Amino acid sequence: MTRSYSALSLFKEGLAGQTGWEPAWRSPEPKARYDAIVIGGGGHGLAAAYYLAKNHGITNVALLEKGWIGGGNTGRNTTVVRSNYFYPESAAIYGLAHSLYKGLSADLNYNIMLSQRGVLTLAHSETGLETAARTLNAIQVNGIDSELLSLEEVKRLVPIYNWGPDARYPVFGGTIQRSGGTARHDAVAWGYARAASRLGVDIIQNCEITDFIIEGGRCRGVATTRGTMRAERTGMAVAGHSSVLAGKAGFRLPVNSYALQACVSEPVKPILDTVVISPDTGVYVSQSDKGEMVIGGALDRIPSYGQRGNLPVLEGVLAGMLDMFPVLGQLKLMRQWAGIVDVVPDSSPIIGETPLPGLFINCGWGTGGFKAIPAGGTLLAHLLATGKHHDISRPFDLDRFTTGRLIDEAAGSGIAH
Amino acid sequence: MQLFPCPFCGPRDEAEFHYGGEAGNLRPDGREVPAGRWADYLHMRANPKGATREIWVHVTCGEFFAMERDTVTHKVAGSVSLGEAEQQP
Ligand SMILES: Cc1cc2nc3c(=O)[nH]c(=O)nc-3n(C[C@H](O)[C@H](O)[C@H](O)COP(=O)(O)OP(=O)(O)OC[C@H]3O[C@@H](n4cnc5c(N)ncnc54)[C@H](O)[C@@H]3O)c2cc1C
Ligand SMILES: [Zn+2]
Repeated sequence: MTRSYSALSLFKEGLAGQTGWEPAWRSPEPKARYDAIVIGGGGHGLAAAYYLAKNHGITNVALLEKGWIGGGNTGRNTTVVRSNYFYPESAAIYGLAHSLYKGLSADLNYNIMLSQRGVLTLAHSETGLETAARTLNAIQVNGIDSELLSLEEVKRLVPIYNWGPDARYPVFGGTIQRSGGTARHDAVAWGYARAASRLGVDIIQNCEITDFIIEGGRCRGVATTRGTMRAERTGMAVAGHSSVLAGKAGFRLPVNSYALQACVSEPVKPILDTVVISPDTGVYVSQSDKGEMVIGGALDRIPSYGQRGNLPVLEGVLAGMLDMFPVLGQLKLMRQWAGIVDVVPDSSPIIGETPLPGLFINCGWGTGGFKAIPAGGTLLAHLLATGKHHDISRPFDLDRFTTGRLIDEAAGSGIAH
Repeated sequence: MQLFPCPFCGPRDEAEFHYGGEAGNLRPDGREVPAGRWADYLHMRANPKGATREIWVHVTCGEFFAMERDTVTHKVAGSVSLGEAEQQP
């Protein structure tokens, strides 16, 4: 059986007709007892399971997913990776994620196709440019690479933008994080699953958590569609479904679930080699390695668990995209979809122990948690292993909604993806 | 495009409406409200999957009303103006 991925193993398997590959992860029957349980097979849950084993040596771990791993927002996002946030607390958490992402392919022995093609945020007015410069200063003070670009520099970077004199959204300049870019979303889920499974974690799919086992006021495990499983520590990372599970555990969260949509065009030759975000149209566009234009925008306006998305917002996003790139007007859309995202009043994540002792949470990433997966996993694993906060996760505890110490990134850094 | 029922105007384009919040989330009163109760009122939500009752406003006419709908199917069960809702037991 071939286990390790390398040029040599690819060559050997090519000669052997690709028959010797080991399945990427095991699919064992669930056990009755684990040292820790992680609910949710998105990036954050899978990463938490992996770092429990890798960083803390806790390998008797179950990762429980109601559908298939990566079938939630992790497999539905537009894969933008960056760390240019306004507040120092955010810079610490997204910075940790960004630095782990850079070494992740080697760490997991799985190519996550990290492409540091830069993330460009446009400024559409003189005042917009001044605000951008002010935000940029804060980001630089946080130690994150970020540069101000002149109009000429933006023009050179994005020749296909609508540079005509009648452009509805003229450009005055922009800011760029050159170390930002994109990564392959499925590869992040599959890479973590494979690496966790090899360290002994049980990846169990088609396993929905239906209730918690609560004894003596503590969470002692979970009831699932595949039987009950006990553990002294349980973590949940279920994004848009956080409130549903919190309801079963007997508490409420500052979370509202909304659909966030995206779409891709048919593939074309390379015409855009960076990620472009427009704060004024609310639209962002990149080109996938296959050549598809990947288009995303604002949240739907209606609280929803319907994983489809509504037409008015899609229309608005496409109208904005066409204002920015009239050259794309002839392209056909190939796919449109939505994910249910967990929106929190200050647009920052929630990480910590819940009001039910023994149950820990990682949620609230909303429209922008793909870029944070390695950090979210590291920090949830730390909580599950030690019962205590890592310094980086402390400010993101649920208690900030009572103390009023919010970390308002919607106000701080603008668009959230 | 979905139609929402404004109790005043009748069925109208969803884009004319603005979501206000979960129904029944009343502002706590008095000086001695503890921080936890404020946090509850300001931030904590049931965020139900399925049947829900919410406050909406029809921006074009200014009518505030309660709407019952399903957060998965988006089917609307009905709407009632807040004045009328208060008169119900
Ligand atoms: C259209 C779109 C575009 C986005 N673009 C970006 C972007 O460009 N950059 C970025 O950084 N972020 C982006 N995001 C956000 C990002 O996708 C999410 O923040 C991130 O993927 C969240 O990961 P997660 O592991 O927390 O959740 P998910 O990947 O959603 O995983 C949660 C899992 O929990 C499972 N689950 C739920 N309930 C149960 C239960 N009862 N029992 C068992 N399992 C359960 C679900 O099936 C799901 O697989 C985007 C999101 C969307 C929808
Ligand atoms: Zn009306």
